[in-house]
Amino acid sequence: MRLEVDITSKAYENATRERHDVLTGIRFALSSGEVGVFVGPSGCGKSTMLRILAGLDHDYQGRVSRPANARIGMVFQEPRLLPWRTVEDNVRLAAPQADEAKLSTLFTVLELTAHRGHFPTELSLGLARRVALARAFAVEPDFLILDEPLASLDDALAARLRERIATLVAQRAMITLLVTHNLDDAVRLGDRLFLLSARPARVLREVPIRTPRAARREAEITAIKAEIARRPDADRSERDAS
Amino acid sequence: MLRLLSLAVLLGTWWIAALMAGSAKLPPPPAVLATVITEAESGALFLHLGVTLARVALAFVLAMSLGSAIGYLMGRIRLANRLGDPWLILLLNLPALVVIVLAYIWAGLTEAAAIAAIAINKLPTAVVTLREGTRALDPALDEMATVFAIPRARAFRHVVLPQLAPYIAAAARSGLSLVWKIVLVAELLGRPNGVGFEIGVAFQLFDIPLLLTYSLSFAAVVLVIETLLVQPFETRVSRWRLRAA
Repeated sequence: MRLEVDITSKAYENATRERHDVLTGIRFALSSGEVGVFVGPSGCGKSTMLRILAGLDHDYQGRVSRPANARIGMVFQEPRLLPWRTVEDNVRLAAPQADEAKLSTLFTVLELTAHRGHFPTELSLGLARRVALARAFAVEPDFLILDEPLASLDDALAARLRERIATLVAQRAMITLLVTHNLDDAVRLGDRLFLLSARPARVLREVPIRTPRAARREAEITAIKAEIARRPDADRSERDAS
Repeated sequence: MLRLLSLAVLLGTWWIAALMAGSAKLPPPPAVLATVITEAESGALFLHLGVTLARVALAFVLAMSLGSAIGYLMGRIRLANRLGDPWLILLLNLPALVVIVLAYIWAGLTEAAAIAAIAINKLPTAVVTLREGTRALDPALDEMATVFAIPRARAFRHVVLPQLAPYIAAAARSGLSLVWKIVLVAELLGRPNGVGFEIGVAFQLFDIPLLLTYSLSFAAVVLVIETLLVQPFETRVSRWRLRAA
């Protein structure tokens, strides 16, 4: 299973009929089992890109070939839970086929077992994020989309949750797409990093990380981060020359 | 407890007013109670109340279901809104009396005409309320339902309906009070039974105890339905809100 994306342009018109370019050159491919991470400054158009990839926005120029009938699991930037359904019902609504054993494992991994009967309004943001993650994994997706799942959580919690995500991603072969503005999260979770420019966004550089996620040492992570920070657009010259 | 006290004050005021105005104009509570008992014993009270309630129920259900469906469509589909809007404004501003009289002229003095006329009076307010509710639906949750490929019917039931519930409750509440008022006019003008008809008879005979008997029994029924049906329903649909910390 493979995701191939070539978005040449995406623009919208605001109320005063001004044209705003959001995306200009997003081209990449991801295979099942790979985690692609998009890193870019806030407001560069990452969420717009995800909306296109998730099939929510069809008004763009270019091509997105998603595997046919791919089940999508998505974690939006805000949890987007139904406030009138309990945690468990929120997950079950998206994943009616999930059996009890699978759900309880998932709830255990995400430390949600005690909150199954709670309503989302009773949860903290960190908990609500975890419920959104549980929902996305419960559908057993072929294509998993994570839109800043760790944003605005404190460091310790973010680190714990990042590990949980790594565990869950490793359990099943799927195309995973993570968007973040945190380089640390990107290097720890991704197999391939795509560095995005400021708006209008295009892929500046692709950084493959060959060491398996579990085997990455702190020194290596620091080195990759330093290298990216030094040359964020290393292949710009090649692109311009071609 | 406070409610009972407030009711007692109302009763006391009535009694005092009756003493001052004279029983010809305003009979005191025991006189009205006596009429209530006679009417209840003959069965007439229950017959007329029952007939009126049946009309209310039919017209209310008809107007609510039709009005909710139209309001939802107008909120969702721009074309439907543009086509429906002039009709809506016309209906909203058409006096109830005009609708009732025209319905009786065109469809005869029939049960169907009465119920249709009452429903048509209530319909536009339900449409307007539900249209507002539909416009206020959260697009973020719609997107969630789309991404997770939740089937339409399930999404409607679990994602859309709970968001519309407060609007449906509001439409039901205001609609019910509108229907209560209009049903009596419709009965007065063209039906041989029901509370409105009896009040018409009492008016022609200047029988004030009879008039009050039917008015107050009717009001009591409305009060019971409000407290036992409408309010618990409202509490139920907003249960998840109350639990918010």
